[in-house]
Amino acid sequence: MREHPALRLHVPEPTGRPGCATDFSFLQISGAGTVRKPPVDTSHFETADLAYALIGVLDRDGQAVGPWAPQIDGTQLRRGLRAMMKTRIFDARMTIAQRQRKTSFYMQCLGEEAIAVAQGMALAKGDMHFPTYRQQGLLLSRDDVSMVELICQLMSNEADPMKGRQLPVMYSFKRADFFSISGNLATQYPQAVGWAMASAIKGDTRIASAWIGDGATAESDFHTALTFAHVYRAPVILNVVNNQWAISSFQAIAGGESTTFAARGVGCGIASLRVDGNDFLAVYAASQWAAERARSNQGPTLIEWVTYRAGAHSTSDDPSKYRPADDWERFPLGDPIERLKAHLIVLGIWSEQEHGQVHKELEAEVAAAQKEAEGHGSLLDGHIPSAATIFEDVYETMPEHLRRQRQELGV
Amino acid sequence: MLTEVKNPAVETAETTSKPMTMIQALRSALDVVMARDPDVVVFGQDVGYFGGVFRVTEGLQAKYGKTRCFDAPISEGGIVGVAVGMGAYGLRPVAEIQFADYFYPASDQLVSEAARLRYRSAGDFTCPITVRMPCGGGIYGGQTHSQSPEALFTHVSGLRTVLPSNPYDAKGLLIAAIECNDPVIFLEPKRLYNGPFDGHHDRPVVPWSKHALGMVPEGYYRVPLESAAVFRPGSQLTVLTYGTMTWVAECAARETGIDAEIIDLRSIWPLDLDTIVASVKKTGRCVIVHEATKTSGFGAELSALVQEHCFYQLEAPIERVTGWDTPYPHAQEWAYFPGPDRVGAAFQRAMEKS
Ligand SMILES: Cc1ncc(C[n+]2csc(CCOP(=O)(O)OP(=O)(O)O)c2C)c(N)n1
Repeated sequence: MREHPALRLHVPEPTGRPGCATDFSFLQISGAGTVRKPPVDTSHFETADLAYALIGVLDRDGQAVGPWAPQIDGTQLRRGLRAMMKTRIFDARMTIAQRQRKTSFYMQCLGEEAIAVAQGMALAKGDMHFPTYRQQGLLLSRDDVSMVELICQLMSNEADPMKGRQLPVMYSFKRADFFSISGNLATQYPQAVGWAMASAIKGDTRIASAWIGDGATAESDFHTALTFAHVYRAPVILNVVNNQWAISSFQAIAGGESTTFAARGVGCGIASLRVDGNDFLAVYAASQWAAERARSNQGPTLIEWVTYRAGAHSTSDDPSKYRPADDWERFPLGDPIERLKAHLIVLGIWSEQEHGQVHKELEAEVAAAQKEAEGHGSLLDGHIPSAATIFEDVYETMPEHLRRQRQELGV
Repeated sequence: MLTEVKNPAVETAETTSKPMTMIQALRSALDVVMARDPDVVVFGQDVGYFGGVFRVTEGLQAKYGKTRCFDAPISEGGIVGVAVGMGAYGLRPVAEIQFADYFYPASDQLVSEAARLRYRSAGDFTCPITVRMPCGGGIYGGQTHSQSPEALFTHVSGLRTVLPSNPYDAKGLLIAAIECNDPVIFLEPKRLYNGPFDGHHDRPVVPWSKHALGMVPEGYYRVPLESAAVFRPGSQLTVLTYGTMTWVAECAARETGIDAEIIDLRSIWPLDLDTIVASVKKTGRCVIVHEATKTSGFGAELSALVQEHCFYQLEAPIERVTGWDTPYPHAQEWAYFPGPDRVGAAFQRAMEKS
């Protein structure tokens, strides 16, 4: 006779699969304006409740409510909305360019535009971002990198600043505070902490911002980064973009079941927030709060941004194979662009008509940029960087063996 | 033999030298660069207050402060990961991995990140980091305190791998590594920390103070990367080696009476091919010696290079004397470690065959 029942392995499953609607109650959404805002010098354990709550500012009527409503003027808000629209239009157009085989690969951030755009705006010039492949909003919300340059990278053409060495979307723009993107998930997380430590070592005032997805939090570098950030009180914002999915894996497989990613921060001694990632104002306010903490030597902040990956993981992915087709429509936090737009209309600084007008302008702007970029060639027409450049930048100066190999290639 | 040691490519050697162990020489290198360059920071497990388990960083925290020399959590991936970030910021971090046997958790950061940052960003970001790690056996270190993982680094495009065999080179190479704008893996044969070791484990250890190469300039000098040293000039065969095995090979030459030309690679990869090729073309015979396991070890690359470049001058097959293709054992250390008898036997074979 066995004293205990047989043990069973638990393998988490999403509630929704193709043909069956998702039950989003697991998100534990608090109402906008209901979550308190502590002073920036708060201790990590005083944020424990915030790591399980959901900070929001925009209510259902498009009003900014509660203690997290930021001080932000109309010009900035309009800029933010425009940048989100630009990001979405850019993504849509580049997805088409991939289907036309002008580029080999693309990854959109549909539904997640508010997070990178608002944080990009809340931080200062010189603060360094260590992004994943899904923070193009950081680049598209500022004007120090032209869309033409981005598209040249996507097309690996003769004007590609990465010289055709990187997969499309793996940008690097130091001048725009945008660290080189790696294909290896999570590696940028401890690097951001190291950059922040360096800033502190030098007595600088710049801070770092680390970015990671829900799925990649399972990588050891996530844990490592939290430990180092806490130990050295590094001036870093540790962003976790919880878009519920890692390719086909629901966030529960990454360890999100019955808990939050923000809660990991508290466990590591880091002040942590869980924030509505589709609420531009909440993203802006929480980013400002975290930036101020970092800049005033209060140390790191971890922020889990609750959002939804509305599009396919990449142009190589078909989400209808693993999740309901209408999932995004049911996602309780809605569409970040629609929500900010409603707010600006409530404020009387935006209108449906202007929205349509700006949309058209941006579409024309993106189309013009694409046309200009295509003038430098694309994978399709074989106008790619010279093969001689394969051997450059492996080292600062080319060692003998690479010189020989270049000769062997005859370039 | 030692009077014949050549260091042909030494830059700006200072005049006042004093006897140093390899540990003292490495510490002196760190001290010299930290004094010259405020962007150099040193960190790793136990390197701060305590001064390192091998004492290499002793006194640096007291002298330069906790923000220049500090202890790190036990996380090799984290140590190298934050170093990469610091390098991207503009610092020149020198990270320590306590034993080369423990670099594996940092493999992703080294291979995917440090090595490729310059390349993938087309020079937008660089990675001027140095990762120091004590390596090698001969100390009853067993499986995880004896490994020689150099071939795991030499296979990675974008990394430089350096391995000194004596205090003079250790200091000059470490300064050159730290000042290099490429990521450098700096392997330190811990068996040589306190004195040279020729493989005769049953004889008393001779301290560095008894050797010319233990005389180290107190100030700044560099031994350039990608330069090998003719450790012992000879005419009958060429030995390609590095680290502890340089001394074992020298002992084997003495004991067999074979006039071997011993080349200490110093920079393992990228390496100084000219010095190697010139020597093998002269002697017509080549023996490669390393502690690391044989299959796909760095000796295989050396053998291929010699074959490609010296085929018509070779008078015998290239010999390789290495550790066996097994994990590093504890009790059977001296059956495993390629000592002077095994190396000498390979010299004999190379001389007999034609
Ligand atoms: C170390 C590593 N393992 C696996 C992959 C393959 N991969 C690319 S993206 C991805 C999913 C990442 O999901 P998440 O972190 O949630 O970010 P999201 O794509 O949702 O933005 C995987 C598994 C990789 N790039 N790197």
